[in-house]
Amino acid sequence: MKKLKMPGTDRIARVGWLKANEWLLLRRASQLFILGLFLIGPVADIWIVKGNLASSLTLDTLALTDPYVLLQSLFAGHMMQATAIIGALIVLIFYLLVGGRVYCSWVCPINIITDTANWLRKKLDIKGQGLRFSLKTGYWLLAMTLILAFITKTIAWELVNPVSMVYRGILYGMGSAWLMVLAIFMFDLFVSRRGWCSHLCPVGIFYGLLGSKSILRITAMNREQCNDCMDCFSVCPEPQVIKPALKILTEDKNPLIQSGRCTNCARCIDVCDQNVFSFTTRFNKQDGMHLHQQKEIMP
Amino acid sequence: MTEASQKSGAMSRRQFLSDTAKTACGVSLFGFGLGMYSQQARSLPPLAVRPPGALAEDEFASACIRCGLCVRDCPYDTLKLGRFGDDVLTGTPYFTARDVPCEMCDDIPCLKACPTGALDPELEIIDDARMGLAALIDQETCLNFQGLRCEVCYRICPLIEEAITLDLQHNQRSGDHAFFIPVVHSDACTGCGKCEHACVLPEAAIKVMPRKLAKGKSAEHYRLGWEEKQKAGGSLVNPDVQHEYNLPAGVEYEHGGRGLIEEKVEAVPFSGNPLDTLKQHKADLQ
Repeated sequence: MKKLKMPGTDRIARVGWLKANEWLLLRRASQLFILGLFLIGPVADIWIVKGNLASSLTLDTLALTDPYVLLQSLFAGHMMQATAIIGALIVLIFYLLVGGRVYCSWVCPINIITDTANWLRKKLDIKGQGLRFSLKTGYWLLAMTLILAFITKTIAWELVNPVSMVYRGILYGMGSAWLMVLAIFMFDLFVSRRGWCSHLCPVGIFYGLLGSKSILRITAMNREQCNDCMDCFSVCPEPQVIKPALKILTEDKNPLIQSGRCTNCARCIDVCDQNVFSFTTRFNKQDGMHLHQQKEIMP
Repeated sequence: MTEASQKSGAMSRRQFLSDTAKTACGVSLFGFGLGMYSQQARSLPPLAVRPPGALAEDEFASACIRCGLCVRDCPYDTLKLGRFGDDVLTGTPYFTARDVPCEMCDDIPCLKACPTGALDPELEIIDDARMGLAALIDQETCLNFQGLRCEVCYRICPLIEEAITLDLQHNQRSGDHAFFIPVVHSDACTGCGKCEHACVLPEAAIKVMPRKLAKGKSAEHYRLGWEEKQKAGGSLVNPDVQHEYNLPAGVEYEHGGRGLIEEKVEAVPFSGNPLDTLKQHKADLQ
């Protein structure tokens, strides 16, 4: 059997590794920078941001709260104080601007773990999907966490939520949270391809709901350049979102990736040797090349 | 519609239903497990104390979003967050009084930091906090119960003479001394845990516990006669009749005093002064 070709090989050959991974590197920088902002407090006693992703206080003025946790708390029967509600609204508006699942690809620490697992999966030449979950599973899980909060009167999901657990662990003490990280890594590596982030995690699904309405989007603007190398499908954590835009299957035929499940990770931009993809807003439905990109393509 | 497409439609419907059922079952099973775990995990271990102003444990579990801002603003590093695998609900704040007690800051910074109201902002005076209740649970090892004058718990109490008082009792073992028994008063004790922290024993004899554990409750209908009497300003029933004792002639009974007095025996009590006894003996010989 033919060994899997690593996506992005062509673009790396043409523009170099750095340029062909720039969005990935930016994302990693963003994820680590945000973690660093939190971490510099307990480590170096420089308090820029306090708290964790559930709720934080920046420079003693900006209070932010995770709207998903707030929603769970509401289902559990607690009406929060204004501080938390305003903080959650700010977060909501932010993700409505930049894309809901920007949380997943630019902030969430688990993303680094599952991306690594998936990369290793390709390196180890593990083929196929493995354990298969319906793409709807996450919605069920999201509903389950809210119903469970309502029944148990506890924010039950936060007992096991790996996303908050890892952040809290790094900032306040890990306990057995490492086991959870290891479990997710192993799960994505050996059990189910892209199992956690793309199929199960209710946090991602929640932010994905915001993402379906958000402003900043990826567009397959130069789709007529596509040479069907499949690199974007191979690298995309949610490959099903690309097809309607790339293959002109939407009703209004526009090249925007419209699904809220797109994480705006921009790996498709990184790996595409034909510069099909770029960032734009949801209002820009035009097809065709940007001028500056034309220059880059023509040798 | 052709027969073939009808057939494939039927298949995909079957597929859809079985997929949906599979997912629903899986998710429900997971939810059931998580629900059971959450119910088990929410019982706070006895020696974990919540920060001041924390809502009752049931409400707390729905209100605290486990952000740790209270932990960050605690100037004495008293508070910590329950870690995954600990007994305390994952991510919720608590402290262990024996390790680091609450210093009862006047401005209650932990409570001010809470964005959700899980630490109730209505608590304005730290003395009104009820984090738990100290209970002197081991009388066998408490030094004051042995008649010694330790009293460290009493001296260290931020509400000395209100939350802990010393109750004087007769020390029958030595006959001459008093026991200074530390008594915790639940109407004043905040549960800060300074007493437990300061207890000189290798294992504290006084411990802060959730109030539900540490406090008994009298039956609703119980009334204490002497209290009711004081409230009413006089006896609520007919005045007690002076009790008359049926005793043989020459014998008396003094209630609340010498007890049974048999006047026939004119015992000469030994005087505390040994010289008197010697003199008495001399007088008897003469």
